[in-house]
Amino acid sequence: MLHDATLVAAKDLRIERRSHVTSRQVAPFALLVLVLFAFALDPDRGVLDRAAPGLFWLAVVFSAVLAVQRSVAVEATDRAGDALRLAGLDPAGIFLGKAAAVAAQLFVLEALLAFGIAVLYGTTLRAPLVLVAAAVLATIGLAAAGTAYAAVAGGLGARDTLLPLLLLPVVAPVLLGATRAWEASLQGVPGEALPWLELLAAFAVLYVALGIAGYGVLQEES
Amino acid sequence: MDSPVHLRTVVALLGGFPALAGADLSVSAGEAVLLRGPNGAGKSTLLRLCAGLVAPARGDAFVLGYDLSTDRRSVRRRVGLLGHAGFLYDDLTVSENVTFAVKAAAGDVGAISGALDRLGLSGRLASTQAGVLSAGQRRRTALAALVARAPELWLLDEPHAGLDAEGRDVLDDVVADARSAGATVLLASHDSDRARRLASREVFVAGGLVHDREHASAP
Repeated sequence: MLHDATLVAAKDLRIERRSHVTSRQVAPFALLVLVLFAFALDPDRGVLDRAAPGLFWLAVVFSAVLAVQRSVAVEATDRAGDALRLAGLDPAGIFLGKAAAVAAQLFVLEALLAFGIAVLYGTTLRAPLVLVAAAVLATIGLAAAGTAYAAVAGGLGARDTLLPLLLLPVVAPVLLGATRAWEASLQGVPGEALPWLELLAAFAVLYVALGIAGYGVLQEES
Repeated sequence: MDSPVHLRTVVALLGGFPALAGADLSVSAGEAVLLRGPNGAGKSTLLRLCAGLVAPARGDAFVLGYDLSTDRRSVRRRVGLLGHAGFLYDDLTVSENVTFAVKAAAGDVGAISGALDRLGLSGRLASTQAGVLSAGQRRRTALAALVARAPELWLLDEPHAGLDAEGRDVLDDVVADARSAGATVLLASHDSDRARRLASREVFVAGGLVHDREHASAP
């Protein structure tokens, strides 16, 4: 399973390195969201600072939808996804590989957006360990849920329009947990982030397990 | 179950429509069988069924000894399908596409270089992204992946389509060599003269029905 996951993740990341879709389309979109929020909430910079965690994670969630859609689109061209099935790859390995590639892209994006809120909103990034822990858990959850629901949307048809409708309500706990954990951290009370980190960890474990167990069935139906 | 392909009254549905409405086919090891029939007859569905990509809705379907109703994944790694699509990633190079296909199927990576060379894809073409290739070059790339993988059962859907005269000759040689090595071949083609030279017998497909008179009573 891990061999197949590594193979698929390396392939997806190589494709991204060639196509630059995340770096030239998803990342600028995410930064644009931050800039537009800054325009909308200015001139009261106090509001911007307080809202920074929520705006950051909203931008990440929207970007995750785009990254997952791209991950699926790569397999739709020339029916390349059939090649994954024809090769007899372990469906759990395919799921983990695709989710890992999406997560890797989101990590880079989050680093860029963190720099963005520091510059645009004047946010001071306190308690970095808690920020990073929340980001890691939230990203795993987003990537796993996104990859699983992309397969569900593929099975139902109209993947591009259906995926956001299915995924956004499902990842609401990630948006809530990550935002609250970052708020606690940025306000200098990282201890209050603990229950939210537990929520994020539970979500990540649940969707990684669901994806490993069910991706084969979803893949056959898509 | 000695036959690499053994189908008995197999029904396969595509979008609720019976693309195969009762397929009877038995193919012996090392045989090359040509599927003939008009467009929409069910030839491509039959090949995708044998590749484990389409599930049988009814009937008995065994490929390489595996029951397609319960164990399609075991079949997939041991068959090679050259379909209408090339199953290629546009942003990967020719060499990377073939390498991924071989590694994913746990094949011999040492065979990749020879396969690229044989299909005329070595040198500059090997490092060219698939997205900028011509239709014929994409076909050669997909074929190179099959050659490197060396499957036990070759499933070829209009294999000569898109290839130039030299490419068609190479394809014929590749298929002949695969048979010499013991592989079984099932191909669908409208290029009857050329396909007949590859095949040891023909089977007619029409309206989702497969008429295999020679092996009608085979086990």
